[in-house]
Amino acid sequence: MKSFAFGSFIIRFYVLIFLAFMLLPLIVMGGAGLNDTKFPSIYPWVGFTGRWFQDLWSDEKMWEAMRNTVFVAFAVVVIAVPIGTAAAILINGVTPKARSILYGFMVAPILTPGAVIGISTLLFWNKFSVSAGLHLSILGQVSFIAAYVMLLVLARLQSFDYGLEEAALDLGASHAQVMRRILIPHLYPAIGAGALIAFFQSVENFNITLFTRGNSQTLTVYVGSKIRSGITPTINALALILISITVLSAVLYEIVRRRKQRQLDRLVIADD
Amino acid sequence: MGELVRRYGTFMTAIMVCMTAFWLLILVVLPNIVMFESSFRLYLPVSDVGGPKDVYTLQNYLTFSESPIHINIFFLTVLYSSLVTAICFVLSYPLAYFLAKVVRPSNAPTLFLMLLIPLWVSEILRSFAWFIILSFQGPLNAILQGAGLIHDPIRWMSGFHAVIIGLVYTYVLFMLFPIYNAIQSLDTNQIEASQDLGASLWQTHTRVVIPHSKPGIASGCVMVFMLCAGSVIVPSTLASTSSRWFTEIIQQWFFEGLDWNEGSAYAFLLLVLCIIFVSLVMRFLNVRLVDIAK
Repeated sequence: MKSFAFGSFIIRFYVLIFLAFMLLPLIVMGGAGLNDTKFPSIYPWVGFTGRWFQDLWSDEKMWEAMRNTVFVAFAVVVIAVPIGTAAAILINGVTPKARSILYGFMVAPILTPGAVIGISTLLFWNKFSVSAGLHLSILGQVSFIAAYVMLLVLARLQSFDYGLEEAALDLGASHAQVMRRILIPHLYPAIGAGALIAFFQSVENFNITLFTRGNSQTLTVYVGSKIRSGITPTINALALILISITVLSAVLYEIVRRRKQRQLDRLVIADD
Repeated sequence: MGELVRRYGTFMTAIMVCMTAFWLLILVVLPNIVMFESSFRLYLPVSDVGGPKDVYTLQNYLTFSESPIHINIFFLTVLYSSLVTAICFVLSYPLAYFLAKVVRPSNAPTLFLMLLIPLWVSEILRSFAWFIILSFQGPLNAILQGAGLIHDPIRWMSGFHAVIIGLVYTYVLFMLFPIYNAIQSLDTNQIEASQDLGASLWQTHTRVVIPHSKPGIASGCVMVFMLCAGSVIVPSTLASTSSRWFTEIIQQWFFEGLDWNEGSAYAFLLLVLCIIFVSLVMRFLNVRLVDIAK
């Protein structure tokens, strides 16, 4: 029993170290956005300043990159979500043999390096004299993000009761009604999660965008070029903003989750 | 297919087929074929395109095989990507087991949320964070010196140290989550049964938990290896001149050499490398593609 307690202590200690390993770098990076030094660092601490935020705010290129990022992300969601959903419904309705072949092609983009997707997209459209630009970044990103949507929707389809569709058809519903009123509403949670993942995958994307963007900049490319050209703590200021948004949404999510959990617990107790 | 038509009608089935075909053909298959084809052509001035010099040739691949530096970088990329994959597995497995089977279920979501935070912060900022930490006059050297562990500051960003640390930090969660999913689906009674029957901790894991979580392990290994070998941002942030990455050579062909055909040949080699790795993992762990991508 004693050895069990010891093992349990070791693993708890390890989890703590791992969490520190994952989170401390973010604190260091964010903290450097508030330090009054030319080169981003938290050590030595020179003094508290907000000037890197001002620099960031007045950087027109950053705003342009931000607008481009949001535009690309929305376009990716609009294209990838319907494609992924259609592909999932389709693959769920074909013969097992066709299914495994199609499945292979559909998940392949997830297992392909971003640089390869970017290059192949660039070369393909170049054949038709379509030059590089954000439109190609969108298409390149869709090719692998649609696969994530497809996997999410496919998982959700497993819990779908096809009897509902039969019943609707028997009762005289049209094909469009079966799709719109029965199948799609069942898929809403997966479609919503897919849209969220698609949006963030697109915002995060660097490799595909790098090869397909032409002269346009997105936020990740902007940060990348800043890191290479001249590092100032403005990137840390940007990082601090992004981390704060993430942490705030995480905390909000956690509060809502706990409240729901408590309500659920109370219901269970009331049932007893 | 007939089943689909019966449920959703010809029109909507046709739309779904068209959308899927657009995705798989126009966005996935044809671009890769074009890239493959381009890699066998030479980079020519516009006036020579379609002329007698515009023939299929192995020249682009010969350039690779005749460049010891590029071959060396290719193998170092494979070596260090494999190393990072192994490190990620060793780091993730105990944590995945802890999250799936040890921690109180009511605490697991909170831990997950904390782990997800770095994942939402983009890849490029994650490697930038280590750029600050590992810089010559950065916090890590300051702490180590302050604690008296080292006398002189260490130049982390020479050789592959910094790249390995950055890659592990950036991609370890892609190993953790699939393994967690796999272990979670294991019936806890099986673990207890093996303990009751006198299995040691080691035996419980090697004979019960690991065999069950093979699909998750395969999925994590494939993802981490692919992301590492194809990583552009981590090496370009944290590598030095003595530690170059294969993707940097590809970039060079594209943006400095402006030789897209040569670049396609190199990109194709990267793709082949990833395909080989996926097949090896599938064979060794005896899993199917359906199990890997879930």
